[in-house]
Amino acid sequence: MSSAKSAATATASSAHSVVEPSPTSKRVAGAIVILYALITLVPLVWIFLTSIKSPPDSISYPPKILFTPSLEGYCNLFTTRTRQTPDYIAALPPPSGVCDAVTRERNMVIAGASNFLPRFANSLIIAFGSTFLAVSLGTLAAYGFSRFKVPLADDLLFFILSTRMMPPIAVAIPIYLMYRQLGLSDTALGMMLLYTAVNVSLAVWLLKGFIDEIPREYEEAAMIDGYTRLQAFFKVVLPQATTGIAATAIFCLIFAWNEYAFASLLTSGSAQTAPPFIPTIIGEGGQDWPAVAAGTTIFLVPILVFTILLRKQLLRGITFGAVRK
Amino acid sequence: MAEIRVDHLRKAFGDFVAVQDSSFTVEDGEFLALLGPSGCGKTTTLRMIAGLELPTGGGIHLGGDDVTYKRASERDIAFVFQLFALYPHMNVRKNIGFPLLSQGVPKAEIKRRVEETAKLLQIDHILDKSVSGLAGGDRQRVALGRAIVRRPKCFLMDEPLGTLDAEFRDVMVRELRELHNRIHATTVYVTHDQIEAMAMADKIAVMNHGIIEQFATPREIYNRPASMYVADFIGSPPMNFLRFSAGLPKGARIARIDGADVQMPELRADVAPGELALGVRPEHIRFSDASPLRGAIYGAEYLGTNQIVTVETAGGLVRARLPAERSYRIGDRVGLSFVADRLSLFDCRSGRAIPSTLHEGTLARDTRHREVRDLEVGHG
Repeated sequence: MSSAKSAATATASSAHSVVEPSPTSKRVAGAIVILYALITLVPLVWIFLTSIKSPPDSISYPPKILFTPSLEGYCNLFTTRTRQTPDYIAALPPPSGVCDAVTRERNMVIAGASNFLPRFANSLIIAFGSTFLAVSLGTLAAYGFSRFKVPLADDLLFFILSTRMMPPIAVAIPIYLMYRQLGLSDTALGMMLLYTAVNVSLAVWLLKGFIDEIPREYEEAAMIDGYTRLQAFFKVVLPQATTGIAATAIFCLIFAWNEYAFASLLTSGSAQTAPPFIPTIIGEGGQDWPAVAAGTTIFLVPILVFTILLRKQLLRGITFGAVRK
Repeated sequence: MAEIRVDHLRKAFGDFVAVQDSSFTVEDGEFLALLGPSGCGKTTTLRMIAGLELPTGGGIHLGGDDVTYKRASERDIAFVFQLFALYPHMNVRKNIGFPLLSQGVPKAEIKRRVEETAKLLQIDHILDKSVSGLAGGDRQRVALGRAIVRRPKCFLMDEPLGTLDAEFRDVMVRELRELHNRIHATTVYVTHDQIEAMAMADKIAVMNHGIIEQFATPREIYNRPASMYVADFIGSPPMNFLRFSAGLPKGARIARIDGADVQMPELRADVAPGELALGVRPEHIRFSDASPLRGAIYGAEYLGTNQIVTVETAGGLVRARLPAERSYRIGDRVGLSFVADRLSLFDCRSGRAIPSTLHEGTLARDTRHREVRDLEVGHG
């Protein structure tokens, strides 16, 4: 994410100068970008370092820069544990793995798997599912708005956008009541539909811009070449809209992945996603910060991978309009 | 290949009428140019023939079938777009083979026909290249390849040379015409460039404000313009108009302009008193000291093979195409004489030509060699 950001910053700063910037100003600009990247990276580094600290190290003051790395946070994240007497632990057979050993040092034994993996899986299913739905519906709607004379198109587009204008907290209670009636509360399908509804407006608006840029001649050529409009859409328009679709997908995914307010209000059990779950990881005698940090670190990985895979498209999506021919 | 018949075709976008009651027939194997300024309805006409726009009224027949409201994909036509519309995510081979793919042609057959087409257009060496890196002329050829690979009923082209450099456009004009001579495909070609239309077309339809002003061969259009609009649009410099007020009887051979008697082709109709214009092509003007119609040299453009001399007369500026040898001094008084049997007379109010012996059979035969030169001059 930060690499895309810094590149965008660089583009923006160089766009203002008419002449080729001098080596000195290039160096200064580079230094500023690197500095900015470092500043944005500090919280991420902090989270990662906390995730590999032992619980005492994680709350020591002043914070420890040098410490012995520990996997305790990750072990605690994935397991539930029970306290036992030292005698009981001594009588056990040798530990079967790292986590077993780490846990025994704290006079505890692993009792079973924690809820993190199912919550993480919920997040994956709901975020990717809603992104897929929002982008698919958004692409079709955007194509319709772009190519056909839709009655009241401007009003409809405004109406679509207006769904994003209210804060989640304002609509959460009506949605909660509705979902209870419909049997959708605390279901993955319900969350997927909700995130799709929120994201589809963003998708329609972003994608309409991209599809407007694709000349109609391509579809017309395909239709004359013997294809129906739908075939032309899939064979000619979609391949050219991939940049826009990828950028839109990332924005939708980031929203659905990070969404906290709806998730914490509408899910509590089987459909709970990772964001409301992670802060509830409580160790013995207070918050288990290394486990929370470990959860956050793992939580960052999918979005990081997805963004790196699509970073070229994302960059074009952000600077859309400026770099297109 | 097939004949295209357009019957009282009409297209309105809301209150704006783009095409008004157009009727014409493109014979099997004929090359028609739809010529006119932008906004004259030529592209709309073409898009209706293609099925990309539906007409407001009238009909379109393709090889005898009524296709007026058929989908574009069901008409079996090919269209070459102004910006070529080559699919950027496919290479040259896939672009050319794309129309065959929709027809379910087997892969080996597609490969064979794509290669055959590429050879015909001399682009077989770039078949596996990406279309985004191609030069303008090669893009043009690929677009043509995609059009001819399917052997459609007709070709429709919307200003396909519009984006090419002037120098390269000449090459493509020749190539297009040669291609047409080889495959004899019924073609409708939209252009605003009279040179392209004159050089390539068998017939030209000159359009203005949604109306076909004249539908005829290039020679007919140049020599016997049906309206002042056509006379002014075709030819460079355009036809001169000498305006005068008169009423003339059928059989009249003399027009009195600025007190001078000017001989013209014999009229075949009575002309009610009103504003008239005598149309004179620049190459039909000679300087003659004896002529009573006089003016002063206003300027001269030297063109190498000839020169355009502008003369200021009582009726306005007149441009003459004269041999390049003599040079003229600005301000010199000269007399103007015209090639009498090549003049057109127009009614200024309606803008239409008044029938005269000019419009009768023999002209084209008598003056063939002269017309050939006229055309060359027109292109220079």
